[in-house]
Formats: sequence, C-alpha cells, structure tokens
Amino acid sequence: MTADTSGTDAAEAGLDTDALLDDPGIRIVVCCGSGGVGKTTTAAALGVRAAERGRKVVVLTIDPARRLAQSMGIDRLDNVPRRVDGIDGEGELHAMMLDMKRTFDETVEAHADAERARAILENPFYQSLSAGFAGTQEYMAMEKLGQLRARDEWDLIIVDTPPSRSALDFLDAPKRLGSFLDGKFIRLLMAPAKVGGRAGMKFLNVGMSMMSGTLGKLLGGQFLRDVQTFVAAMDTMFGGFRSRADATYKLLQAPGTAFLVVATPEQDALREAAYFVERLAAEKMPLAGLVLNRVHGSEASRLSAEQALAAAENLGDARIVDQRAGKAGLGDQEAPDPAVTSSGPTEPPLSPEAGQASGPEPAAEHQDTTENEPPHENIATSATTPDHAASPGRAASPADAAGPAGATADEAVGVEELTAGLLRLHAERMQVVAREHRTRDRFTALHPEVPVTAVAALPGDVHDLDGLRAIGDRLADGSAPAPAGAA
Amino acid sequence: MSRFQVVSGKGGTGKTTVAAALALALATEGRRTLLVEVEGRQGIAQLFGSDALPYEERKIAVAPGGGEVYALAIDAERALLDYLQMFYKLGSAGRALKKLGAIDFATTIAPGVRDVLLTGKACEAVRRKDKQGRFVYDHVIMDAPPTGRITRFLNVNDEVAGLARIGPIYNQAQAVMRVLKSPQTAVHLVTLLEEMPVQETADGIAELRAAELPVGSVFVNMVRPHLLDEDALRTAAGGRRKEIAKTLTRAGVTGSAALVRPLVEQAAEHAERVGLEREQRAVLAGLGLPTAELPLIGDGVDLAALHDLATELRKQGAGEEGDA
Repeated sequence: MTADTSGTDAAEAGLDTDALLDDPGIRIVVCCGSGGVGKTTTAAALGVRAAERGRKVVVLTIDPARRLAQSMGIDRLDNVPRRVDGIDGEGELHAMMLDMKRTFDETVEAHADAERARAILENPFYQSLSAGFAGTQEYMAMEKLGQLRARDEWDLIIVDTPPSRSALDFLDAPKRLGSFLDGKFIRLLMAPAKVGGRAGMKFLNVGMSMMSGTLGKLLGGQFLRDVQTFVAAMDTMFGGFRSRADATYKLLQAPGTAFLVVATPEQDALREAAYFVERLAAEKMPLAGLVLNRVHGSEASRLSAEQALAAAENLGDARIVDQRAGKAGLGDQEAPDPAVTSSGPTEPPLSPEAGQASGPEPAAEHQDTTENEPPHENIATSATTPDHAASPGRAASPADAAGPAGATADEAVGVEELTAGLLRLHAERMQVVAREHRTRDRFTALHPEVPVTAVAALPGDVHDLDGLRAIGDRLADGSAPAPAGAA
Repeated sequence: MSRFQVVSGKGGTGKTTVAAALALALATEGRRTLLVEVEGRQGIAQLFGSDALPYEERKIAVAPGGGEVYALAIDAERALLDYLQMFYKLGSAGRALKKLGAIDFATTIAPGVRDVLLTGKACEAVRRKDKQGRFVYDHVIMDAPPTGRITRFLNVNDEVAGLARIGPIYNQAQAVMRVLKSPQTAVHLVTLLEEMPVQETADGIAELRAAELPVGSVFVNMVRPHLLDEDALRTAAGGRRKEIAKTLTRAGVTGSAALVRPLVEQAAEHAERVGLEREQRAVLAGLGLPTAELPLIGDGVDLAALHDLATELRKQGAGEEGDA
C-alpha cells in the first residue's frame, strides 16, 4: 500500500457522462444496481444535469426516500410527471414517482370497456395482484416507461429501477408477469368457460378439474372463482399485456437506450454490478457504463497509511503527560485500529520512505518522554472534552501569538496530539482508499471494457437541487484520472 | 428471549451479515440455531464461503462451546410441493401440476401465497420438536426481505385473507400469524448511521407496530471508529496550520507544508460526518428500542469477522429483548 495505489490511475476507460446526456440519439437512460447504492440519487442528479444542459427530461423514480423526492419538489405520489422548479437554462426537468397500483388500473381502463374495467378493478384477485405481487412493481415500471416513451414529449427519460431482491429481478419480472397472464395455466383456468363440452377438449377438462380441485382445496374455492372471474374479464387484454411487455423489452435493447449500472466500491455491490453487466450483455441490452458512488480519495495521497501511522507514533512517543491535553488522540469509540493498539515500544515504527531525510528518531529523542500510557486509557477523559483546551476559541489564543517556539510545554503537546490525530485519520482514509481500489480492480479485471465514472463520497445526504448539482458535477468529473479529492 | 428472530433493514445495510452474526451469537454454549434466507440470493453461502445452499438444513458453522449454526435457503416452490406432499400425498400429480405451471402460478402470481409458504416453513422450524419433546432449534434467525417490504411480507394474514378465506393456505396463514405476533418473535432492523437508512428504520418500525408485529432491536451496522476528538478538529481548522506543519516535519514527514491543507480538510469532513452521525444516533435513541452497534469490517466479511461480530453482539446482549 504505497502512495500511488491511491491514485485513480486505473486502466479502465472513463465514462463520459456529459456526452451521454447530450447525445440526442439517447432517449432512455436506465439506472440499475443493488439496493442502497444510490440509484435514485444518481437518476435524479443525472436528470438535473441533463435539464441544465438544455434537454427536456423526465425522471421516473420508483421509491425515493422522502428527502430526495422533496429535493426535486415531488412529495406527492400521483403518478404524473410534474415540472421541477429552479432548473437553470432552457431545459426542463419533470419528475414523477411510480404508483404501481394506479398504473395497473390505468392500463386496465385504457384497454377494456368501462363495464369490464370495473369488473376487473373490483375483483379481489386483481386487487391483490396489483398491490402485492412481487413482480408488479417491475412490470409497471416498464409499462410506465413504455407509456412515457410513446408520448414522445421528452428528449430523455431517466428511469430508476425498483429495489429488487436482486438486480436481475428487474429484467425478469416483466417477462414473468407477461407470460403468466397469457400463459398455459391461465388458459387452462379459463378453459371450462371457453371450450365448454367440446369433445376434443375433454381430456383437458379432466386435468383441469383435478387441478382446480387441488388448488381449490389449497386456496379455498372462492379464491379459484375469483381467479377465474378475473381471467375471464382480462381475457381480451392478455395479448395486449404480452405484446406491450415485448415492445418495452425491445425498446430497452434499442440503440436509443443506455443502461448505467450503479454500485459502491464494496464487494457485494460490485459483485451484483458484475452480474448485471453480464446479464445485460446476454440480453443484448446496451450498457453505457458503471457509476461508482461514494468513492473516497485523498489529496494527501503521497503520504501512505504506513507513513502516517509511523509519524503519528513518533509524536505519540514524544508525548508529555498531560491529562487535559491527552484527549485528542481518540474519540468516543474503542479504537479497533490495530496500528494504534500496537503502539508499544516492542514494535518499532516503520521508517517512512518519504521521511528519510529528516528521520523520525530525533524527534523522539529530544522530547521528554516521561510516560508511555497508551492513548486508549484516555477514553474516559475524552468524554469530558467539550469545555476544555481544544475549544474553538482557542484558535486565536497564545499558541498563535507566541508561535510554536514560544509555546508552553502544554501547548506544544496540544499540537502534537492534534497532528497525530490528523495523521491517524489520514491513515484510516488511505486504508479505505486502498481497499476500495482493490475492490474496484477486481471488477475491472473481470470487465475491463466497462467505462467507469467515480463519484466522490459526500459527507452527508442530498436535500436539494444544489446537492443534486454537486453530484452531477462529480458524475461528470469522475472519469478524470486524478483521484476525486476531498469531498 | 425470542425464539424466532427476523432481521430486516434497508438494502445495503448488511442484513445478511447481521443475521449470520446473530445466529452465531445465539448458538453459543451448546445451543443450535437455524439461519434461513428467503430471497434466493444465496447470501448466506457467499458469506460463509460455502457452496450454494440446497433446500435442506445443513450445518454451516460451529460456535464457541459446541454450539451449531444450521442454514437453509427456503424456496417457495419446493416448500409448496413439500406441503402438497405432506397433506395430499400428491406424488407424481405434484409434478404434473408443476408442468402445467400451477406451482409457478401459486408461488409467484397468487399474491401472498409465496410469503405464507416462506414464513410458514420458518415457523415450522421454530415449532419443531424432537422425540424427547425438546425444540430442535433454540433459535431460528431469518435473513428477511428489506424494510420496505417486511411488514407486508410478515403480515401474511392480511395478504391472504382477501383471497383464501378457507382451506389449508388460510389455516397455514393463521398458524403463521399466531407465531409471528407472539413474544416468540422479534423483528430487528439493521441500519447505518446515515439519514436515509435511519429514516427508513423509523418508518419501518411504525409500520410493524401498526400491524402489531413485535419489534425487537435496532442494529447499527458498519460503525466507523472516531479517531479524533471533534473540538480538536475544529481547532485544526483554525489558525494552527503552521504549527501542524512544523510538527509534521518533526515527526519525519517531508514536504509537510503541502500536506497540511488536505489533512485539515479531511479532518473537517470527518468532523462533519461525526456531527451527522450524532444526529442520527439521537434519532435512533428516540425510537426507544434496544440498540446494538457493530463495527465496520473493512476488508469484506469472512468467517473470522463473523465470529468477531458475534462476540460483539453477545457482549451487548443483542437479541435478548423485544418490546412485545
């Protein structure tokens, strides 16, 4: 783990987000990936950026966190695209949240006469199906996407995918529901009503009655009657469901569509991302690239974790006992950092490569090392910190006026503690950076062809358009070779 | 202590890891636990580094003191076929049903039926006794669907009530609900110290309570160490950069002048994060539930790390109380 591992000097191609958003040939961008990786935020940020680059955009989100929805000004779940205020420039941003039940209802209403539609909507089986079936959300997201695309009102549709059990559900569920709704079994359920007593179909009826008998036993006769009523009412619509599912599927394979796989630089998320990349290829769906969210970097990356820890230890060894000042080393957690716990004299500090010129040892020697109580013991004192030496007002206090040379021993310790803390923090950051890099390298080794953009981690959540703009900037800059620096 | 512990949480919070650590923690001192997954993701196998789990309970780890952790990936289709076999001695007719798509239909399309089968299988394991009349498993731990779907998933009664008003599925749903709503069950939620997962946790708890499902503990996962005291950090952002640069040089760091700004900026970010985490801790404290914290495991969770997490959970007495 040397300083250069931290640079984003990766061999993989960069993903040019702006070129993608500006391309008039691209009409649909689908953001997919496993749960908790920031898909919805990415979709919203892309929407804001594309709109401010002059396009007329609609973002279809599935299940946004409340704050995120509010950041775009949509806290109503009404299944209709709403214009988002506050977008700079000529472009427009519209946003909507998918209401899967309403989308299903609307689909039924659009494809059946009023009486039949009412019969379907009131059917208990339909009501459960439209609200509860595990694939309904995915199917309805696709249905809505098809509708939005057919209206041709927007230059660009950005779709967020549902929080599926696994990333692949999103591709499978529409097909599954489609094939169920006009599948073999549903046809069998309908058969008695349709084929009546036709002689040639008799054997089928035997099978049918055996089956409906079993299912009737299992689920109760009423359930089966509800299903049969539903199926009879839906009969004319089945072809429509299937053909629309097929059409949307083809739409996703078309050149005007671009998939972005979203992940974080963690093992599980990138494993899912790799599956998804493979699956998209198998389905011949066009992958634009990987958005890697919450990536850490450091502008001080030339100082490695080992060097930082060694330097921190030099300062720690030189420490003068002072209970009041002794608190800066640790916060309120037991530090699991092995480098800190192993700070005993038996383990000599690694010689920092970058520090060879001045060398760490003299520092330790010219200080009075009067005790070597490990920093851990100070946990109790650290709990009492707020009011003491390190309070904000201290910044303008004698330490500055007198300068380090004239500082009292107490204050000199203060700055050493502080510096040691900064070094340990940096070491932790560098360890995170190195870890993320290794995880990312594993992905790149599997899929070197996938362009990547890395989005630097923000310390907090996004609450407004400015936050989304900041993410958008990072999405655009993330393919640059320099590490995304301080967040 | 609840015998059936359900672990849910927002996607990406590490539900599977927490469920596995809990199964290990509860298996100490010669006890036996069963860790079940219901979403067909083979997350348990990945975590324990084993082959894909079959539809079969098998030992996956041992705990200190001779305890054992078994694992099972519940598959709705297999559970339905088992069920039909058990009650109707279907034999080859089951295969015929499968061929016609009836099994697929019942487990995929028929709403709620799938969930009844999955929770039903887990509840069966909770209640199962050996010939001596002792429970086969001291605890059953479920790696459950995420927070957004957990209430609907567990509240199978409501789901099925509108459809199957009589018959075995209905009866099964009733039996499952009796277990789920009893003090035998605790539903835990996993979160991170971040705004969205914490908000989702609060919403999930409200939903669970409204459905009268027993809420257990909140597990705060991936907690990062605090390396610097916040007030010290604020000072660092102030006017002590020259001193820090000199101290860095003295500690053996070359070119320290250029490093001070990024180091201090990193510290400021850290301080901001610590502040946000404190706000989220306060929100969690306001939920009034037992809370356990698990440290961030940087390099991916393996079996050794799971044991460490289990030890941590035992220390904090996790899984031992619920509000039911």
